[in-house]
Amino acid sequence: MSFLEYRIKSAPTGLRKALHLHWALVLLICAVASVGWLMLYSVSGGRADLWAEPQMTRFGAGLFLMFFVAFVPIWFWKNMSVLAYGVAMLLLLYVEFFGHVGMGAQRWIDLGFIRLQPSEMMKVTLVMLLAAYYDWLDPKKVSRPLWVLLPVILIVLPVVLVLMQPNLGTSLLLLLIGAAVMFCAGVSLWYFGAVLGLAGSAIAAVFETRGTPWQFLHDYQYARIDTFLNPEADPLGAGYNIIQAKIALGSGGWGGKGFMQGTQSQLNFLPEKHTDFIFTTLAEEFGFVGAFSLLMLYGLIIAFCVISALQNRDRFSQLLILGVAANFFFYLAVNLSMVMGMAPVVGIPLPFLSYGGSVVMVLMVAFGLVQSAHIHRLR
Amino acid sequence: MRRTARDSEESARRVNRRALLMGGAMTAFVAVLGARMRYLQVDQAEKFQLLAEENRINIRLIPPSRGQILDRNGVLIAGNEQNYRVVITREDAGDMEQVLHRLQALIPLADEDVAEVVAEAKAVSPFVPITVADRLEWEEFSKIAVNGPTLPGVTPEVGLSRVYPLDRDFAHVVGYVGPVSERDLAELENPDPLLQIPKFQIGKIGVERWVEDTLRGKAGQKRIEVNHVGRVMRELDRVEGQPGDDIRLTIDAGIQNFAQVRLGEESAAAVAMDVQTGDILAIASAPSFDPNLFVRGISTRDYTALTENDHTPLANKTVQGAYPPGSTFKMVTALAAMAAGVADEKRTIRCPGYIEFGDRRFRCWNHGGHGAVNLSRALMESCDVYFYELAQEVGIDNIAAMGRKLGLGERPDLPMSAIGAGIMPDKAWKQEKYKEDWRVGDTINASIGQGYVLTTPLQLALMTARIASGTAVKPRLIHRVGNQTLPIDPAPALDIDMTHLAAVRAGMFDVMNAERGTAKRSRIVDETMLMAGKTGTAQVRNYNQGEAVAANDSLPWRLRDHALFVCYAPYDNPRYAVSIVVEHGGGGSLAAAPIGRDILLRCLTGGIPPLSAYPADQRNRIESQFNDMPLRAFGPEGPKPSRA
Repeated sequence: MSFLEYRIKSAPTGLRKALHLHWALVLLICAVASVGWLMLYSVSGGRADLWAEPQMTRFGAGLFLMFFVAFVPIWFWKNMSVLAYGVAMLLLLYVEFFGHVGMGAQRWIDLGFIRLQPSEMMKVTLVMLLAAYYDWLDPKKVSRPLWVLLPVILIVLPVVLVLMQPNLGTSLLLLLIGAAVMFCAGVSLWYFGAVLGLAGSAIAAVFETRGTPWQFLHDYQYARIDTFLNPEADPLGAGYNIIQAKIALGSGGWGGKGFMQGTQSQLNFLPEKHTDFIFTTLAEEFGFVGAFSLLMLYGLIIAFCVISALQNRDRFSQLLILGVAANFFFYLAVNLSMVMGMAPVVGIPLPFLSYGGSVVMVLMVAFGLVQSAHIHRLR
Repeated sequence: MRRTARDSEESARRVNRRALLMGGAMTAFVAVLGARMRYLQVDQAEKFQLLAEENRINIRLIPPSRGQILDRNGVLIAGNEQNYRVVITREDAGDMEQVLHRLQALIPLADEDVAEVVAEAKAVSPFVPITVADRLEWEEFSKIAVNGPTLPGVTPEVGLSRVYPLDRDFAHVVGYVGPVSERDLAELENPDPLLQIPKFQIGKIGVERWVEDTLRGKAGQKRIEVNHVGRVMRELDRVEGQPGDDIRLTIDAGIQNFAQVRLGEESAAAVAMDVQTGDILAIASAPSFDPNLFVRGISTRDYTALTENDHTPLANKTVQGAYPPGSTFKMVTALAAMAAGVADEKRTIRCPGYIEFGDRRFRCWNHGGHGAVNLSRALMESCDVYFYELAQEVGIDNIAAMGRKLGLGERPDLPMSAIGAGIMPDKAWKQEKYKEDWRVGDTINASIGQGYVLTTPLQLALMTARIASGTAVKPRLIHRVGNQTLPIDPAPALDIDMTHLAAVRAGMFDVMNAERGTAKRSRIVDETMLMAGKTGTAQVRNYNQGEAVAANDSLPWRLRDHALFVCYAPYDNPRYAVSIVVEHGGGGSLAAAPIGRDILLRCLTGGIPPLSAYPADQRNRIESQFNDMPLRAFGPEGPKPSRA
């Protein structure tokens, strides 16, 4: 699709674009963010200034950013894809360079008003680049080895850089997002089967080499896996977080203990209660009803994205929307699995609930792209 | 490169197919998450709710206030005192050393103590209070309270601790409390959870220990909410405990104090008992010690001084000390002989100053001999030969049986520590103990309370009370528990012929009042309070055959004879019995009998004995003796309000 086609198909222009925004999606996002502020207010013991207010400010900025991105025609963003990916790669290399200088696992760049995590940026730019790539590529060639190898390289480069930070969780997410876009673009299922097989062997290899000098993972990462497999073994050490999280979740019961009444979070038994483990506070204070409602809100956001993708006939737009949806899904899937004791603790925030600026900004830009694709779709 | 519309449609359909597939997979995973949520929050909710409560709630016990111990008239013996202490909390104090330095200006606090407190505070969580100083004076305490604003983190606190206002008088009877030790816990089968409270005080010896369950009370409970590091966030609820019951002893604090002071620094014991009820009115062991030292934590120096003293202040000689009763045992031999029909008031035995049995010669204390003696004279002059002869005819088993009837050789059931049973030997006992046959020589020795016979001062008092009353009274120490006065079981009559008892009592009367009585100097002249008694002088070492019996004055203290004395009064209507043992005091008539008379008079008159009760020639000496006695003044009788 080109600029010409937009003109012909009479896409909305100017402020009329606002009428064609996917308002349901906007409302859902605001609803989830509001739940987030409520929980941040609760875990800070009734203080708004500690976490809730900064988070609201960021969300407000993010909302503005989303509308800005949404109003810019989608073809412009398609043309920006390569550039955006390049910038994100440079930033990743930059933090990698600083990391080696001696800042340890530095994962962000301090811009003063916000700490930008290039690895978070990469999640969106990777989706953009892959979507643009498959839009450009002749659909008949998507499963040819050479044309499969190229996007794989584009994915693996940032994955390796993030893994070296080291940030296992985000690198895994990048890999999954890239794979999701390739899957949606129609790459032959045989490739995925082969990769899954290889991954299985790799996992086996990781465990086989454990304890030898050439082991693949850090000891703390092995420890996290051990804790996941048997958290009760070290209830005061490695397993403490997950045990306390499960107690918080489980003790919420059907209806929860009431707002600000969660003993696990209010009395500080919960770890990381304002970031990665914020869901446990929600589950404790609002019970199964509250937790399941949040899950449904998330489900609706993803469902609306998928439906929007199905309505769209532009290949770039379709893949972009699906990529963003996949990105959003993986965030919450990994985080919820983690706090419910179904996956190792890897340090993935819960979108729009966990305290933190980078994720909100990046997600709002991503949803801005979705809106842009939605507004400027062929009718 | 332009794609055809058909190609484009085809690729879009493919994307849609894949999108639906992916959406399906996501939905499936969301369903898994939902199911997991349900499992944790609905199916397992109870388990996790319990765990969350366990995390959150601590149950702390509230120690109950300990019951007081009072004398029979309500004078406070053991009470609870408000203990002013000051604690410091690291997180509130900021610069601890500076705050403690300021505190040093207000209360006496050594630099080492400051260093210790700082070190202790660093070892615990910052919100845990550390005790800086204990048992402060009220002025010091109020100074700290007034200076509160300049002492951040410092809190004055009030607790209860045990105090014994009559310090030395009741150290052996009442004992003292101390913090629960590992050993205390190990001894109990099912220890009260209260005992797990750090530094909780329980009775260690004496009444404090043996009536512990009554005194302790029941713990209250408070449920508190704590956070992840154990800081107390708030109190959820509290159930007040039940304070321990007060106990009134049968002891009269005034008599006890009199007895204790009268014994002075001698190594001695005195027991005064009501002959009808068995109530112990005084049970004093000297020298004594201050039990408050033990409650506060006794210094090594003080403790060493107590343990190395050859007068053994820590021992409770009244129940723990086993002494040969000497001649005070002769009533037992006499009663046994009369019961066996080998003696009566008329029978006389000639005393040449000794008897010979086999190749041994058993001497009478009067080497010149008493001549012909009957029962009354034998008791009055304490003739040994008379009893040597009777004993051979009666046999040890009859004597031992009589001794047991009078309470010897049996462990009295009293709530005191280290109560001894003494020894009332017979043939079976010796066989059991030494695997040897009983010899007649043993009987001869036993007949005058030497040899294997051992008694405690309490047993001697009991024996005297039984002879005086003719009933099998039992000693009592607890008069009242809480508001309940304990009933006194009427004592059954002794299985002894009344005429026999009367004969022995007459002999004991002569000991005190007849011209040749051994304790005539210690008689009471007041006609309404005439007393009966018996002296005893117990050898503490064996004399070899032919060795001259050395005069006590020439011997070192450790080798001198024990002086014993038992008595009761009034003779015609007995009310009180008293026993006295003065370790290594020499002769019973000189060292023990005057003390017995004074205590007996103190019981009978309810105050300082009137001089009119004493023989006229002794009154001046007695008066100055009383003036020199540092007696405790007791206010108007009746319950004193507790200071707590």
